[in-house]
Amino acid sequence: MVTLSSHSSSATEPLVQAVDLRVHFGNQPVLRDVSLNVQRGESLAIIGESGCGKTVLLKTIIGLIQPEQGAVWFDGTNLLTLNEMALTQQRIRFGFVFQNAALFDSMTIGQNVAFPLRQHRKLSDADIQEIVLSRLAEVGLPPSVVAKKPAELSGGMRKRVGLARALAMDPELMLYDEPTTGLDPIMSDVINELMLNTSRRHAVTSIIVTHDMRTARKVANRVIMMLPLARLGESDAQVVFDGPPDELDNSRDPRVLQFVRGEAHERLLEMGRPRT
Amino acid sequence: MATAIESPNGNREGAGTREALYDWVADWGAAVTDAISALGDLVVFSSRTMSWLLTRLPRRGTILPNFYQVGVLSLPVVALTGTFIGMVLAVQSYSQFRMLSLETRLGAVINMSLVRELGPVLAATMLAGRVGSAMAAELGTMRVTEQIDALASMGANPLHYLVVPRFLACMFLIPTLTVMADFMGVVGGYFYAVGILGIDKQHYWQNSQDFVGMFDVMSGIFKSIFFGAAIAIISCYRGFNCAPGAEGVGRAATASFVFSFVGILVLDLFLGIFLDSLHNSFWPEGTKLF
Repeated sequence: MVTLSSHSSSATEPLVQAVDLRVHFGNQPVLRDVSLNVQRGESLAIIGESGCGKTVLLKTIIGLIQPEQGAVWFDGTNLLTLNEMALTQQRIRFGFVFQNAALFDSMTIGQNVAFPLRQHRKLSDADIQEIVLSRLAEVGLPPSVVAKKPAELSGGMRKRVGLARALAMDPELMLYDEPTTGLDPIMSDVINELMLNTSRRHAVTSIIVTHDMRTARKVANRVIMMLPLARLGESDAQVVFDGPPDELDNSRDPRVLQFVRGEAHERLLEMGRPRT
Repeated sequence: MATAIESPNGNREGAGTREALYDWVADWGAAVTDAISALGDLVVFSSRTMSWLLTRLPRRGTILPNFYQVGVLSLPVVALTGTFIGMVLAVQSYSQFRMLSLETRLGAVINMSLVRELGPVLAATMLAGRVGSAMAAELGTMRVTEQIDALASMGANPLHYLVVPRFLACMFLIPTLTVMADFMGVVGGYFYAVGILGIDKQHYWQNSQDFVGMFDVMSGIFKSIFFGAAIAIISCYRGFNCAPGAEGVGRAATASFVFSFVGILVLDLFLGIFLDSLHNSFWPEGTKLF
């Protein structure tokens, strides 16, 4: 598979372009001059330790968080300049799978998956039911689940419903926020397989935020690693790796190797000692 | 807060105290700017809600459940509130009026106080606790579980989907609940005054009718519309801006009641002044306020 990096001279424009994003929460900077290009059809994994801003980056791309500076271009349109109506039209083209699925508690599973369809399409109840059942079947859930409430399902099942809901509108771009966090190893692999299936079956572009290296290696064809600003100097770049997953082990950057191998090293010494 | 540690010379200590003073002023300044910023944020939130209210009808299936929650389910507790207010008014005013042999005027006093002030304010306060806290907690929980983000990511506007139906429910139903509170207050006051204190029924109603006019009843209902709107906006705002975790949700619920209550009191004062001036301009009698 041809791997694409942000520096390749591609004839087609990237589907997603984030340019020099700066995001603060109050006085706390989270993203500093982060730029990212994602080509159509790519499966990009964003990895990094907790607090490095990967979820914030994902949410900024879709417009859930407004950056202080910078722009996000989706298919040639600057999302930050759009009004409410136009942004809604663009959002139909994304599917976002939240870390804890974010299903609506007051609705049944069927109503959850049908929600985007009822919001944006004028379809008969029968048609909606058909689409809902087919999406649930795609993620391996039986029709009996339709009448249940989210609280009655296990974590893994809720994640899969979240995936089905995100796929309901046949999006072009899928965004996953820590899809395997909190799941057992078998269920994690089920989710990995579902993500792979999704990108093949629906020809979607995927951006996956994860700190699970297995997911990154299995599902992605390109990996970006970020570091939290607290661990960087004033002029250091926040993105410290950008390339295919196999090159992770060959990286010269010790920080990348430490993360990829999951080694504590000097971090143990940091604990129990107040930061200066 | 920085303070100088052991310092051999006085200069260092002086600098330490100065820094402490600066920090204290800065803290107060930050508190004031935060409060003003929050107020501004609330105004932006309200105006965005209003513009959604005016541009599109709320989603089908969101109105009725909210109307049921706010209106129907609050009815028993509001009726109870009204009844007891009426009775308490009778209890408290009776002895004073009896001393002046004016106990037959009790009807006028009780019913006037009820329809103008106590009915609207206490019904709204009860609803700020019951409905307002519940809305803040529900929306706060949705915020911390990313359900509000999920709504937005699927192209639904959270204000339109969540806040507008609740706002409409509060604005339409709190006045009707106020009428219920007024009615039950009148009944409760009558029951206690006539039934227990033995005041003459005829005089009780006659005096009440002489004093309490349509303007008084309508002014109470007019105020309650604003109270309802304030409860909805403040509670939804606190829910949307909930801090993370269970603690955040709890604080949002508490803060929504406290700020709604303060909002009710402030609105009550200014609307009272406005209505008073209005009344005086149409029926100039007695002393004017301005």
